[in-house]
Amino acid sequence: MTQSSAAPLLMVRDVSKSFGPVAAVQGVSLPLYAGEAHALLGENGAGKSTLVKILAGVHGADSGELLMDGEPVVFKGPAASRAAGISVIYQEPMLFADLSVAENIFMGRQPLGVGRRIDRAAMNREATEVFTRLGVQLDPERAARGLSVADQQIVEIAKALSFNARVLVMDEPTAALTTVEVGRLFEVIQTLRDQGAAVLFITHRLEEAFASCQRVTIMRDGRSIRTAPIEDVTIDDIIRSMVGRDLDTLFPKTATEPGEVVLDVEHLCRGGVFDDISFQVRRGEIVALAGLVGAGRSEVARAVFGIDRRTSGTVRVHGAELPNGKPLAAMNAGVALVPEDRRQQGLVMEMSIDQNVALASLGRLRRFGLIRRSSERELATTWAGRLQLKFSRMGNTVSTLSGGNQQKVVLGKWLARNPSLLIIDEPTRGIDVGTKAEVHRLLNGLVADGVAVLMISSELPEVLRMADRVLVLREGRITAEFTRAEADEDSVMRAATGQSPVVAA
Amino acid sequence: MSVITAPAPAPTDRPVSRLESLLRARELGIALAIIVVFGLTTLNNHAFAHAASIQQLLNGAALIALLGVGETLVIVTRNVDLSVGSVVGLSAYIIGDLFKHNHDMSVVLGFVIAIAVGAAIGAINGLVTTVARVPSLVVTLAMLYIVRGFDGVIVNGKTIDPDSIPTAFTAVGYRTLFGIPWLAIIVAVVVAAVGYAMRSFRSSRDLYAIGSNPDAAELAGIPAGRRVFTAFLISGALAGLAGALFLALHAQIDVSGGSGYELTVVAAVVVGGVAIFGGSGTVLGAALGAVLLNTINQALVASKVSSFWNGAIAGGLLLAAIAFDRWLSLRVARSLQSAEGAHRDL
Amino acid sequence: MTSDMATKTPVTPRRSVVETGKRALWRGVRRWESALVVVLIGALIFGSSERPNFLSPMNFFYTGLNMGEIAIMALPLTLIIMTGEIDLSVASMLGLSGTVMGVLFSNGWPIWLAMAAALVVGALGGTLNGVLVAKVGLPSIAVTIGTLTLFRGIAVILLAPRTITGFPLSLTKIGVVPIQGTQLAYSTAIFLVMAVVAGVVLHATPLGRALVAIGLQPEAAQFAGIRVNRIKIWLYVVSGVVCAFAGILLTLKNSSVSYDAGTGLELNVVAIVLFGGVSIFGGRGTVIGVVLAVAIVGALQQALTQMNVQPEVQNIVIGVLLLISVVIPNSGEAIRRIRDRARRHASTPSPRNSPNA
Repeated sequence: MTQSSAAPLLMVRDVSKSFGPVAAVQGVSLPLYAGEAHALLGENGAGKSTLVKILAGVHGADSGELLMDGEPVVFKGPAASRAAGISVIYQEPMLFADLSVAENIFMGRQPLGVGRRIDRAAMNREATEVFTRLGVQLDPERAARGLSVADQQIVEIAKALSFNARVLVMDEPTAALTTVEVGRLFEVIQTLRDQGAAVLFITHRLEEAFASCQRVTIMRDGRSIRTAPIEDVTIDDIIRSMVGRDLDTLFPKTATEPGEVVLDVEHLCRGGVFDDISFQVRRGEIVALAGLVGAGRSEVARAVFGIDRRTSGTVRVHGAELPNGKPLAAMNAGVALVPEDRRQQGLVMEMSIDQNVALASLGRLRRFGLIRRSSERELATTWAGRLQLKFSRMGNTVSTLSGGNQQKVVLGKWLARNPSLLIIDEPTRGIDVGTKAEVHRLLNGLVADGVAVLMISSELPEVLRMADRVLVLREGRITAEFTRAEADEDSVMRAATGQSPVVAA
Repeated sequence: MSVITAPAPAPTDRPVSRLESLLRARELGIALAIIVVFGLTTLNNHAFAHAASIQQLLNGAALIALLGVGETLVIVTRNVDLSVGSVVGLSAYIIGDLFKHNHDMSVVLGFVIAIAVGAAIGAINGLVTTVARVPSLVVTLAMLYIVRGFDGVIVNGKTIDPDSIPTAFTAVGYRTLFGIPWLAIIVAVVVAAVGYAMRSFRSSRDLYAIGSNPDAAELAGIPAGRRVFTAFLISGALAGLAGALFLALHAQIDVSGGSGYELTVVAAVVVGGVAIFGGSGTVLGAALGAVLLNTINQALVASKVSSFWNGAIAGGLLLAAIAFDRWLSLRVARSLQSAEGAHRDL
Repeated sequence: MTSDMATKTPVTPRRSVVETGKRALWRGVRRWESALVVVLIGALIFGSSERPNFLSPMNFFYTGLNMGEIAIMALPLTLIIMTGEIDLSVASMLGLSGTVMGVLFSNGWPIWLAMAAALVVGALGGTLNGVLVAKVGLPSIAVTIGTLTLFRGIAVILLAPRTITGFPLSLTKIGVVPIQGTQLAYSTAIFLVMAVVAGVVLHATPLGRALVAIGLQPEAAQFAGIRVNRIKIWLYVVSGVVCAFAGILLTLKNSSVSYDAGTGLELNVVAIVLFGGVSIFGGRGTVIGVVLAVAIVGALQQALTQMNVQPEVQNIVIGVLLLISVVIPNSGEAIRRIRDRARRHASTPSPRNSPNA
């Protein structure tokens, strides 16, 4: 569906923005048509987030202009942008946990009654109206605390609607959603489009762009490379534009012969989260835990590693049982965990690169009880080299690195311990395509060297390409197991969503 | 990745505002606790329920409750005001000194000046916290030193005694209306007014937003600096008012007036259900917390338990209150999550 | 959210604003200590300007004597604040331990046993703090306000309104004479030794690195195998024991103890730690900064006392120092923010080529 006639609702024309010597956005142009969903694609560092912040009024453009309905507009702050009808929904929903859903929607604009006091009944009523318009149902009086991520997003969208937003910008909205919730989101986007809104949809998932958007813009190095209707481009086109080069293979995989059992999990159980989880991982094999977000996969990994205490069941590494709830014991047994949340769990953002790499190995770097800085630096340099880390100075904080390089630091931290079992949770989430391939190559190299890998991933293509065996979790239980040969998208998704009875392979 | 468009999921409705009703239960719980303590003590010592005893109860709690109102506003925004005790002492002394040298200064003017002194210090706290973005713990701690020091300098070892203070002023401290002390009435009015405002006006709801999620508040366009500044201003002004009432109540003031109040106020406020990390809590709860703490103190005296136990019991109570709060929030979170899980159908 | 401010890869490695800012922060830590050195020198000059023999060994002895207990308590508090927590019960534990020692001693216990008991009390109190904060997960500011009241309250129960005196002269001499052959007060020497230990631990051992990690990013520390809860509990136990020890020192120094010993001192200790450059948010600060802060406050107080300035004015000085110590590092940013906002409100970018900000 192409909007050929009308002028764009919002036109970004030749916008540039620099921070000091760094040009984050250079001469970017992008049309947003009413009733259309427009995908914005690009690697990390391409300038998408900066562009979003300019639209949101958080930053002012250095040059170029924004045109709404053909008229130039200037935003002096987020409030101005919102007043003009642009609403941005960020990746992490920003709600007030202590306040009610309705108050979250109308914060700062609560309907007033007699004597300028807040009319709660009217507020709740209006909130319900917005939810109805969206086709969802939520209790406006409940506190925002405890809402699922998907529901939080719905509240954010409701907030946008209540502002009579005509342009909705969504920054990676599907990253933490289950497939069903993604479906619901797309329906909501369709509803918004039907009502004449324009949606700017930023995602790393190319398939989603194809499934839900009518137009696509690809950014690279701060510039808009190409804008085209979705039917005029292929995935290869997109990748080439994003990366600037052809990638012959995205997900390489070499076959290896699995050895002895490294990890043996039996009847692992954590009350209310997962139940009766049993599986094994052998040397030289990649076992993937697949399933919808929220199925309990990360929780299983955390319980195996000892971050969370298990209710019952045993975890054995090289035959020896691990004590409950002691990550240090798991580490000493040769287990490593690259966690799901890079910024909160994987790295100390304000520490330097070398300090982060060394954080799990400090015991080894000691002499007479004191840390040897030279050994620390050496360790970091070695792994930075092996992982082809791109950085300017080892002493810089990791917050200065791109997502892909940050992930390499986390990997370096754990590989420095020479683990025999690597648990890696969402290995390539939020990472550009180029680094993605590097990470996959790295994992293959590891299993070739005899490391056992337990991989958790929500990206089916990744799971299917990398895993020797696929275990599917649904609502805290293993519902299926597939070998590499048996696994395909359809069967895995069925097991993950419980759509048909599962026959164990 | 294949995207499955599922039929719209089951309505995710929840029992109406379970959290809100729990919160309201907190104030109720404290009120209940007060009644229980009061009742038990009276059984033991009938004099506890006499008018004079109750008046003393109310008066004892009044100042802390008043300070608690201002402190609640500040703590809700994820800040803290440790300077309130020293402000009480300073403002009390300043108007005491003024009365001493201008014996016919009007009572109203005395109150106004006391409030102004407090407001001035509150303004400094607010400015430094919001403009210089300094953690309020540090700012108000520093102001506590500075104000106490300044107070010490102008007091210089002297004391204002009852003779210096006009009876019209001290009347506020001991007069009653239908048996209820004026002091308690004044504080009750302030609590009611501020409590109503906190629920009903947009700018007060902003305070809760700021404490609940400062980043989201900024994105929502809430003028956090202005709001936090106002919170500190009010806290200071109420502390100034408390200073005037202190003088009226005790009819004398020296250099130690009000010292140590700040920690008692924080304890009362936390017991009253105001989250120390901001975002929730009511001034009514804070006031009730002050009343509860004082009731327990007086109950101990009335039960012939040595008053030496006051401190230990207050400390134990505070620890129990925050432990209870934590247990409560864990329970709520768990129940909300399991309700979530129940709806995770396909 | 993905950071677009990343260092450009790989062709043109350039410095991003974020990087400069953060690097400046690290440099700023060392800058703070340098500033403190300058302030210390200024304080010493100030003191000498009034009293020519301000820099005499005897003055050094008395300053060290007066600051001893506060200085000692500041060290474990530094470590606790580094992990993002706080301990406001320090002075109450000081009072309680002195009280316990005094009461037992006056009941006939041998002095060494009484002291050991006081240390045990310190450990118990610290354990209470640690368990409530780390295991139960309560906010440390609220918990330690509670234990502050509790400890003080127990001291009141045990001793009020008496005062205990009559401690053995062989021990109370620490309050009168310096260590043989030097002008070092016993408490000063103890503080210096402890400071070296604390400094080495914090800045050069894996434990110290763990403390910094916990302060900066507690979740990541946990995921790296650091036993966050256990460390926090031990920090509070150490704090309890050290404060108990300080209480013993104070009691012997004064040769007496009463139930309100050390009331209000906690704020002094916190003020000194913060003035020493330790961030209240955790993860930043140095022991050397705290040592310098102790020296500065000690020198200033000594100078002011010798000039017959009231103690209240000294309070004002400490308060102002504290304010300055936190306002100045933030002022650069604050000014930039104000300027930014003013510029945004004033100008409107022209369509084609507006000057690059």
